[in-house]
Formats: sequence, structure tokens, C-alpha cells
Amino acid sequence: MNTFGAVVTTVDDAEGHPVIELDDVSKSYPGGVAALRSVDMVVDYGELLAIVGPSGSGKSTMLNLIGTLDRPSTGTVRIDGYDVASLSDRQLSALRSRRVGFVFQHFHLAAGRDALGNVADGLLYSGASKRDREQRAEAALVRVGLSERLTHRPYQLSGGERQRVALARAVAGDPPLLLADEPTGNLDSVSGAGVMRLLHELHEAGTTILVITHDREIADSLPRQVRMRDGQVV
Amino acid sequence: MSSPTALPNSSDLVEEHRRRIPPGHRERAEDTLRSARLRLSDLIRLGGYGLRSRPLRAVLSALGIAIGIAAMISVVGISASSHADLDRKLAKLGTNMLTVSPGRTMFGKQATLPDESVAMIKRIGPVQSATATGVVGTVHAYRNDRIPVAQTGGLSVVAAKLDLLTTVGAQLDQGVWLNGATDRYPAVVLGATAAERLGYGPTVYIGGRSWVVVGVLRKVALASELDTSVIMGWPAATTYLAFDGHPTTVYTRSADSQVEAVRGVLAATANPSAPNEVDVSRPSDVLTLRRATNAAFTSLLLGLGSVALLVGGIGVANTMVISVLERRSEIGLRRSLGATKGQIRTQFVAESLLLSMIGGAAGALLGYLVTGTYATTQKWPTVVPWWILAGGVGATVLIGAIAGLYPAIRAARLAPTEALAAT
Ligand SMILES: Nc1ncnc2c1ncn2[C@@H]1O[C@H](COP(=O)(O)OP(=O)(O)OP(=O)(O)O)[C@@H](O)[C@H]1O
Ligand SMILES: [Mg+2]
Repeated sequence: MNTFGAVVTTVDDAEGHPVIELDDVSKSYPGGVAALRSVDMVVDYGELLAIVGPSGSGKSTMLNLIGTLDRPSTGTVRIDGYDVASLSDRQLSALRSRRVGFVFQHFHLAAGRDALGNVADGLLYSGASKRDREQRAEAALVRVGLSERLTHRPYQLSGGERQRVALARAVAGDPPLLLADEPTGNLDSVSGAGVMRLLHELHEAGTTILVITHDREIADSLPRQVRMRDGQVV
Repeated sequence: MSSPTALPNSSDLVEEHRRRIPPGHRERAEDTLRSARLRLSDLIRLGGYGLRSRPLRAVLSALGIAIGIAAMISVVGISASSHADLDRKLAKLGTNMLTVSPGRTMFGKQATLPDESVAMIKRIGPVQSATATGVVGTVHAYRNDRIPVAQTGGLSVVAAKLDLLTTVGAQLDQGVWLNGATDRYPAVVLGATAAERLGYGPTVYIGGRSWVVVGVLRKVALASELDTSVIMGWPAATTYLAFDGHPTTVYTRSADSQVEAVRGVLAATANPSAPNEVDVSRPSDVLTLRRATNAAFTSLLLGLGSVALLVGGIGVANTMVISVLERRSEIGLRRSLGATKGQIRTQFVAESLLLSMIGGAAGALLGYLVTGTYATTQKWPTVVPWWILAGGVGATVLIGAIAGLYPAIRAARLAPTEALAAT
């Protein structure tokens, strides 16, 4: 299958296309819930933006579409220049493993693996060797300030530390796009501030970052805000 | 930038980023969209993590497989060891012995063999040796003269030629065998069972006189009728007990390759006038036959073993189904990290394979130990045929694959967002 043809010409040029492009995107779930309605949005490389809005307004739904974890009902989603609709499951998986990092509210760390293992396993699908994965995992953990916690299991870490491990896992493969769904939702304000500071640093290093948050202060501290209501960007 | 905790400063991060992805260098589209293959070592490790996260459950479900495999291997191993023992015995005893005995006449009466039958049989080319015993039917043996006549003890009094021992492969337990002198006098050699029943005394009482016991035989595998016999010389039986001189069993040994040919002519040679009144048998066949009956029993046990294996397989499948249900968020996370459906499927199949193969390996070891222990107590050689080991490994691989396939397919089908929503 040749699905590259249409995009190959633009992909070598980072400035040629935005990192995220939603064009008239709708998503409805079985049962008639219209979670997203006709959303248009463009995010350029290097942006740091907050997605805010009331509960149920479609923020997570939109982030999942951007992260290629789900496909839109109608409309076009372009990530890193690729039209998601034209890619197979394998190609989408490859795109996620190389170009997108995720941070979740509930961390999603493996209880049986220490911090280093959790981060290194995040690179499992990139094709890197075990040695390479561990080296990069260690570097990522050092970057998030957890060099003293490499061999700690998740239960031995505080909530803020767990989220930093999850963040290290998301960025260990140097994805140009980082998606964070309420990364501070389960953290106290100090830990939350620590995580946000790391996101700022990554942004300064060139990563494009989208953060869903309910925290006004956090949202206002970011360069751009996208406000959502009833499945629409307002 | 001020940082309260020891975080690297941002210019370091920028530097780090530049080092990793040089400006102007982007991966080509083909590489970006080509999902990397999981290495085998990573796959095995992945399966291991899954099992280690619930060790007790893993052990319990592997146990079912282990018991099934152990049962099959020990059943086959024990039977193979017993066969090996029998083969070893047969090799020592030889399978080239044929016995000839009188059958029944057309009218149902006990037939007799002609007196010259031994000499005639000896003349058959491939026959290496032939010897005879004759039951002295008119008398019985007693411990002494005070035993009531009716208490015969199930023993028979038998006249034998001097070359009996070498032909039937009998060995002496005590004393000596008859010789050219003692076979004329009232002297006997007792079979193993006969000696027990008669109390190992120095003499026995037969036909109104005492007979000196000169020797006792060990059990004779190929001629167990000798175990319950009181054996005397041919001339002595004729002199003291009015023995009619008719042989009742002729024992022969032939060249190994000619045994069947000899068997074909034996009846006619022993009694040319009435070959149908002669029974010919090959005692080693009886032992081999006993093995065949064992085989039926073995297949029954083997059937039970495979039922255990099936139950073990269901246990593994059950464990895997539960595992997939419980690990939905892990599956979602892996999908977000770039795992393809195929890689999720492979991971769970690998886990299932690993689980059943651990069970299989433990079962093979257990089965081998059971076989070894049992064979040793029976003084058998320990034999575990390679085909049952190969079959055991094959069965565990098959069970693991089948048990894991359905849960793995379900895991791979989970929508990433749905899997991530499960906490
Ligand atoms: N799998 C699903 N099936 C059906 N409806 C869904 C599904 N996922 C989300 N929805 C619905 O879609 C709408 C948007 O959900 P979404 O999770 O995007 O909201 P959100 O903005 O992230 O809210 P919150 O701030 O509470 O996380 C909601 O009304 C929700 O009930
Ligand atoms: Mg949400």
C-alpha cells in the first residue's frame, strides 16, 4: 500500500505544514452523542497551548483524535503533515511511537516496573535496543529531575514524581508533539507546578505541547488558550 | 530560570535537543510510518513482566499444564522403562526357546509324546539343543512320611535329562545339579517354589522312600513350570517310581533366525503319526504378550494425562482472559506508545506460550523424576522416550498458542481510547 505519496513532498520541510491541522472535524459516539462538532484548529510547531472548557465539552475527545488514538466521524485530521484517515493501524502506531508523546491524568505506570523500566518500556515500539532504551530512559529521568529515583517502583514515588516518570516516558523518544490530558489533575499545586515547569522547559527546547487543564491559573500562564464548549472551539 | 529543585536548566535542554535532532534533519516519511518490529528477546521479556505481575496466578495455572505433562511423561516413561527391563531380560534369556508338549487326542484324552521324540527333534538342522522332562504322574512329593497323602501342595514330580539347565537357562540357588551318578539314585533338585513349600529340608518323601535334596533352583523365567517341580534323574524315576519314560515337555533352542521355521516342523517331527496332538509354544511370547496387556493400560493412563493437559490448557486460557480484562489500561497505554494491534496480540500470545511452556518444562522434569524414582525402586533402567518429550513440548506450545489466541485477539481489538478510559 502506498499512502506516502501525497505527503512525502511536504514532510521533509518542517515549516511547510502545521503540526496539527483539524479541518471541519466532528466526532459522534454510538448513541448519538456529538462529542465534537465541526472543529477547525491549527497548531504550529513549537507552540504551547492550553485546552480549557467545562467537563464534557469534548477536550479529551479532541486530544485523542490529535493523538491518532481515534479517528474522526467526519472531517480531516492532519498530524505532522499526515492525513490520519489515509494511514493504516500500523502506520498510525508508527506515527505515535515516533512523533507523539502522551501524558495522562492517571499516569498509567506499570506497578511491577521501576522508574527506569517504565520509561525504557515506553521506547519498546521504537525499535531501539534494550541498552539504547535504558540509556535514553535514564537521560529522560535525569531531565525531569528523578536521577535519584531510577530504581523506585511507582508505589515508592509521590504523585508528582509519578507524573514526572510518565512525562519522562512521553519525551524519552524526543517526539515533536506532546499531548497532556490534565497532567496536574491528580496533583497538589506544588507538584503540579513542578510538572508545568518541566513542560515549559520542553517547550523551550522545541517541543509542541498541548495541555488540557481545568486550572485557570495554569491555563492563563500558557502562551495560547483554546476554549471549548459543547464540542466546539469557541 | 530559577528552579527550587535540582533541575537541569533550560539552555542545557535546548542543547540536548539540538544534539539529538540536528536542524534540517528529519526522518524520512517511510521511516516515520514504518512500525519497528519487536525483538524476540523483548517479546520474551514482555511475557515475563506480565506473568511476574501476578506470580501466584501464573504458578497455579502453569500447575495444571505441569501435572498433565508430568502424568503423560511418567506413564510413558514407566512403561518404557518396564519394556526396557523386559527386553534386557529377554536378551539374556533368549527368545529362541520352543517347547513341545503333548496336547489332546481327537477324543479329548491326554496324548503322549513318543519316547524317541527328543532324538528326532535333535536331528532338525537349526536346533541347537533339545532336552526333555517327563512328569511322573503316579506319585507326589511330601516333606516327610507323616504328611497325609492328599496334601500334594500342587507340586509335580518330574524326571529330567541332565542337559535341562543349560537349555532352559536355569540357575542353581543352592547345592548342585544332578550328574551322571546322582541321576540314578534317589536324589532330587527342587524348583524355587517347591523348595519353599517343602521347607528346605535335607530330604523329601516320594513314593514310599526318602530322596536326598542335592540342590535348589532359582526361579526360571522361561519355564516357570519347573518352579513347582521336584526334579530327579530319568533313570532314578524309572528305577524307583515305575516312570513310563514318556517325555511331557521337550525344550529346544534353535538358531535365532530359524526359530519360526523350526516351529513349523516341530509338531510333525515330535510325533509324525499324530502331529495335531502336539502343542508347540514359545515361552518368550508369553512375556511379550504381557507387555501388550500393559500397553492397553498405558493408553488408558495416557488418556487421563491428556485430560489433565486439556484442563490445564483451559486454566491458561482462563488466566489470559482475566489478564486481558484487568490490563485494559496497560493495553491502551501501549497503543498510545506506538504498539500495533499485531504487537499487542503477539505480546499476549507470547505470555500464554511462556506460561504453558514453564508448566510444560516443570511437568517434564517432574515426569522424569517420577519415572526415575519408580524405575529405580523396580531395578529397571530409566527410559524416557524422546518422542514423549518432543510430544510434551509440542503439546505445551500448541496449548499455549490456542489458549492465548482468543484473549490476545480481544486485547488487540480494544479501541485505544476505550482501553485508556478503563482505570
Ligand atoms: N466512548 C464514548 N462513548 C460515548 N460517549 C462518549 C465517549 N467518550 C466520551 N463521550 C461523551 O463525549 C462527550 C465529550 O467527552 P470528553 O471526554 O471529550 O469530555 P472532556 O471535555 O474531556 O471532559 P472532562 O473535562 O470531564 O474530562 C461527553 O459528553 C462524553 O459523555
Ligand atoms: Mg477529559
